[in-house]
Amino acid sequence: MLSDLPLFPARASTIGAGVDHLFFYLVAVALVFSTLIFGLVFYFAIRYRRRSPADKATQITSSVPLEIAWTVIPLCLSAVMFFWGASLFLRHAIAPPGSADIYVVGKQWMWKVQHPEGRREINELHVPVGRPFRLIMTSEDAIHSFFVPAFRLKQDVLPGRFTTLWFQATQVGRYHLFCSQYCGTNHSLMGGWIEVMEPVEYEHWLSRGSTGDPMQVAGAKLFERLGCSNCHQSTNQGRGPSLEGLYGRRVLLEGGGTTIADDAYIEESILKPATKVTRGYQPIMPTFQGQISEEGVFQIIAFLRSLKGERTQVVQ
Amino acid sequence: MNATAAARVLPEPLEPESRGDYLNAGYGVKSWLLTTDHKRIALLYLASITGMFFVGGAFAVLMRINLLTPDGELVSAETYNKLFTMHGLIMIFFFLIPSIPTVLGNFLLPLMIGARDVAFPRLNLLSWYIFITGATLALVSAVYGGVDTGWTFYTPFSTTYSNTHVMAMAIGVFITGFSSILTGLNFIVTMHTMRAPGLTWFRMPLFLWSLYATSLIFVLGTPVLAISLLALAVERFFGVGIFNPRLGGDPVLFQHLFWFYSHPAVYVMILPGMGVISEVVPCFARKRIFGYGFVAFSSVAIAVIGFLVWGHHMFVAGQSVYASLAFSVLSYLVAIPSAIKVFNWTATLYKGTITYDTPMLYAFGFIGLFTMGGLTGLFLAALAVDVHVHDTYFVIAHFHYIMVGGMVMAFLGGIHYWWPKISGRLYPEGWARLSALVVFLGFNLTFFPQFVLGYLGMPRRYHAYPPEFQILNVMSTAGASILGVGYLMPLIYLIWSMRYGPAAPSNPWAATGLEWQTPSPPPTENFENVPVVTEEAYAYGEERTDA
Repeated sequence: MLSDLPLFPARASTIGAGVDHLFFYLVAVALVFSTLIFGLVFYFAIRYRRRSPADKATQITSSVPLEIAWTVIPLCLSAVMFFWGASLFLRHAIAPPGSADIYVVGKQWMWKVQHPEGRREINELHVPVGRPFRLIMTSEDAIHSFFVPAFRLKQDVLPGRFTTLWFQATQVGRYHLFCSQYCGTNHSLMGGWIEVMEPVEYEHWLSRGSTGDPMQVAGAKLFERLGCSNCHQSTNQGRGPSLEGLYGRRVLLEGGGTTIADDAYIEESILKPATKVTRGYQPIMPTFQGQISEEGVFQIIAFLRSLKGERTQVVQ
Repeated sequence: MNATAAARVLPEPLEPESRGDYLNAGYGVKSWLLTTDHKRIALLYLASITGMFFVGGAFAVLMRINLLTPDGELVSAETYNKLFTMHGLIMIFFFLIPSIPTVLGNFLLPLMIGARDVAFPRLNLLSWYIFITGATLALVSAVYGGVDTGWTFYTPFSTTYSNTHVMAMAIGVFITGFSSILTGLNFIVTMHTMRAPGLTWFRMPLFLWSLYATSLIFVLGTPVLAISLLALAVERFFGVGIFNPRLGGDPVLFQHLFWFYSHPAVYVMILPGMGVISEVVPCFARKRIFGYGFVAFSSVAIAVIGFLVWGHHMFVAGQSVYASLAFSVLSYLVAIPSAIKVFNWTATLYKGTITYDTPMLYAFGFIGLFTMGGLTGLFLAALAVDVHVHDTYFVIAHFHYIMVGGMVMAFLGGIHYWWPKISGRLYPEGWARLSALVVFLGFNLTFFPQFVLGYLGMPRRYHAYPPEFQILNVMSTAGASILGVGYLMPLIYLIWSMRYGPAAPSNPWAATGLEWQTPSPPPTENFENVPVVTEEAYAYGEERTDA
């Protein structure tokens, strides 16, 4: 019976130990203070209980040193909590160089994953142990949240935006993947498994099964199929600007101002092309809303990144 | 007040039998529905929010039964989502936020400052009618199928993807907000203009300081909730893109607006409770409160800093990393005044002469549960830990420790403490002590396992869950059934006492404070003569006898 009672979650990522250690510090502080308060309340309640109606309380109304002590001590202890929590958080805010990217789309009520190599999966994510990965995530509808308790990580996944989450798995195993931001009827079923594998097995897994085109190739095909190349040619002779080397570059806009050609700008330009038009061009591009899925957008992004000749550097 | 002052406000010896109290001032439904007496309005609120509490509680019972099994066999996912949404909406907007301010605040504020009524008695009655209108709309939307957005109404789910009665519910909450604004305004003006001679700000009972802080939040925060709900309605109804990125909006904007109100609202749901504890602890320890000024100003500090911490609900929502750092620091700062209060209450017990009457047992329970709720709040303010426990049962457990363990314990403690004054009757002490114990034990069994569940990673708002979480969920449900019994007990014996309880003297606890210097129940005009205050609050130096 007791062995069925889990008390502590599995830990399988590089940040997991740091989070757990901070958690233990918090538990220790909480235990000390609750023991102190409970102990004093119990002790006073019994020691100073009224034994006869003639009992008189000793009136002590304040003590500035005490007030200062119980302001400053909690302040110091919580300053430690802040700096500890913040340093872990900051250290984990930006993916280390060389992280491999995986693209994730959340939609009611499933997670769709695309590996750059072409393998796709639903409600599962296979990764090798010991390598950093960065998830680039967006939603097709409501807000979702990608939550892996064993990694001690979660990140909300928003429509119209790209959020990222990076991790490096440390333990081979099978771990829960949950959606932790309420997203409608089957919210509690929007989950699956993270499979952390030995690197060799992972390579085997990648090449196995119904492997589609690598994402950039799929993106290039989509680019042709949707007719993008009719206007966006490799020179600036077309009706639209050339997209060679565009990714991550600063773009001058019609009507003044600039923007960085990041994932969000590319998505916006596909779905709502009139919003930010490149200087010197007419707002004649039709919207592709409804004709392209979020996964398609990711493939186009992968294709545009490949035009720049880089695979890992992303501007957010 | 000293003994001579007490004698001064005793009723004239002429016709003592015919002196009417506020309960006998008129009979029939009309005399209640058209009353402008703050005490009767307090009872109108008491009846309405008690009703809402048990409706919200019934939703919780169904949820807990559903969670007995991992697959959630009692209700469908649609129904479950509506249950937790309605539970949250009703408990927060129609019970917790109005609870102590509108019932105990309305009843006690004029009595505690020696006034005849609040500054705007008719506005006070209007506030109740506005509240009832909003509550009715909420209940109607529940009966006609309910809402499944969660009480947080997060966009774009609420504006675009939910097919439930979002509009009716949002309008209900919107309307009820005006009741809060008017009540807050009324209380602030009353405290500024109607204090009895000699009742300086620093002689006021601490309950009034907490009520003042609460009123500030009502007046400054609630309009932002109204704006957010209005914007939500405009997007849902007219398709104007404010929050949905497909229409050019920003979903995170809604979260900023929503939490700008709803985090301060969390302090509305605890500050008045702290005020009650500051009354009860000195009375049953027969001691002046320790550190009056620190307790008073900590209420104000909580109200002010509480407006600057909303972003701690959004550490993983995609807000800037630097914003998260700032909100984390501020969240730690707002914890300090709460800690100061707990330490001062504990120090008040030192060298007191303590009795274990029911209100004191509830106050002990409050201190314990609030301490645990506050300490677990520190976990959530720690950025890296919050990333893990955000939107899990850890958060559920934390805020129930504050709002149910804290506020509901304080509400029940306050109701028992002032029940002789409100009803003119004494409740059965044995049953009442038992209820305090049952509530405390049931509460801990319900919510402590949820801390463990949360760190294990069980997300909130889950109709079904992985089987390894079952034992902890069963424990929680078992606790909830005990807690339910604990809440039903006071309902029964307090109603019983209204008819069969022995008549209460004017000051059964030998407490200080102007409200105890007038008969129980008080006459409609509260005091025969305007009382004069000549000393600090909680002057428990000399023992006094029942009047």
